[in-house]
Amino acid sequence: MDDVTATAEAVARASYGRLIAFMATRTGDVAGAEDALSEAFATALAAWPSDGVPAKPEAWLLTVARRKLIDAARRHRTGQDAASHLRLIAEERAAAEQGDVPDERLTLMFVCAHPAIDPGVRAPLMLQTVLGLDAATIASAFLTAPAAMGQRLVRAKSRIKLAGIPFRQPGHADLPERLGAVLEAIYAAFSAGWMDPAGADLRARDLAREAIWLCRVVVALLPHEPEALGLLALMLYAEARRAARRTAAGDYVPLDQQDVAAWNPLPIREAETLLRRASDRAMPGRFQLEAAVQSAHVAGRAAGRTDWRAISQLYATLFALTGSPVVAINQAVALAETDGPAGGLAALDALADDPRLADYQPYWAARAGLQARLGLVTEAEHAYQRAIGLEADPAVRRFLQQRQAALTPPRDSAR
Amino acid sequence: MQYMLMIYGNEAAMASASEADVGQMMAAYGVYTQAMVQAGVLKAGDRLRPSSAATTVRSVGGKTQVLDGPYADTKEQLGGFYIVDVPDLDAALSWAERCPGAAHGVIEVRPIWTM
Repeated sequence: MDDVTATAEAVARASYGRLIAFMATRTGDVAGAEDALSEAFATALAAWPSDGVPAKPEAWLLTVARRKLIDAARRHRTGQDAASHLRLIAEERAAAEQGDVPDERLTLMFVCAHPAIDPGVRAPLMLQTVLGLDAATIASAFLTAPAAMGQRLVRAKSRIKLAGIPFRQPGHADLPERLGAVLEAIYAAFSAGWMDPAGADLRARDLAREAIWLCRVVVALLPHEPEALGLLALMLYAEARRAARRTAAGDYVPLDQQDVAAWNPLPIREAETLLRRASDRAMPGRFQLEAAVQSAHVAGRAAGRTDWRAISQLYATLFALTGSPVVAINQAVALAETDGPAGGLAALDALADDPRLADYQPYWAARAGLQARLGLVTEAEHAYQRAIGLEADPAVRRFLQQRQAALTPPRDSAR
Repeated sequence: MQYMLMIYGNEAAMASASEADVGQMMAAYGVYTQAMVQAGVLKAGDRLRPSSAATTVRSVGGKTQVLDGPYADTKEQLGGFYIVDVPDLDAALSWAERCPGAAHGVIEVRPIWTM
């Protein structure tokens, strides 16, 4: 890849959402903004190699994209397009001189998470419009066919325009509900970046950081929203441990064996502060509770003794709130630490009928771990087999295979 | 933007409602319509006679077919509409939310395709 392409890609990553948000906020047309911006990128790739990369590439792109947008509005002008077209011309000079594009990504996020948008497409829509991910990448993160995902995104964008969803932040009364949808989508973006733990894919790693950054924007603008604080804390705890999740050789390291010295203390400290600020509001929620679990783990590793009773309690509250089977698995694992592996396994048995868990790797890994501790070697062997078959990450697969190989035949207690 | 608020409701329930309830409903609509006028958003609006008074017409191969009854034979029927001119969907939705019909049935909000 040559320098110009590299620069264009770097600018694309950093500025995409800003530029889309700036244009769409003025025209109400996300798809139109995307088309204009992609034309601008194409123009850049043609012009920059001979002319050199401009001093302010973002402003350059905006100027070109804006012209494309105005041309498009001229081609099929309606009353509304003409008005937004005039506004764009009026703002053109100011922006070109200033060079800084105001950050309206939060507004765009609220549009993507508007109640008139199908909940299932809100996160994908945000990933595409705010972070510039392509439909294929989003589809793979959401386990959907790329064509189907592409179609849903196109429909949603057309709906934003035709239904007249306003580009502004919600009023006080609607804020908590609307914010919840935004936070869910940010967390989905973070998770998509998190799935590449080795950090081999720069784009995926940036996605986790970009999600943290988006959440920082939310927290800066809405500093008293406890769930926004909770989500930022949750992501920072995870981010702090990034380096410790793999050995130098790329092997998976479970939390209880991670080298605490490899944890980054700064994000942990920030997360602790955020979580305290959130709890001052005494309005618990999903993200605050999940962050509190992380906080308990961090404190436990530092003290050399983890408070599993507290963690179990947090999971119980979380389960009451969400009813999620994933939470129930974690709760069972915590229970095994306080009441012994038999109690934990009994709790997992109670979930066995949930069809969502049949192909959920952590369920089988948790079963296998507890069965191994109880000396149920055959059962553990089988459960590890299921878990290994379901795992996509080779490092985790290797880890599970090692655990499986380490199973020792039970001593014959009958003799 | 202009939106049509289509008020769907259960006609049978309306027909069997007590006189007092109907009176209250009509009063609520009166106040609601007045509020729209005062806000300067109301373009048009009317109540429709029940679907038993509806007639459907279609032309099949140049031949006109006339049938009695509404297009869709559902329990919830279109009972009235408003056309409002407001800045955006949120404003239209907040008017729909305040419509007395929203408490009994459903209000469908559709942007008008302006030519």
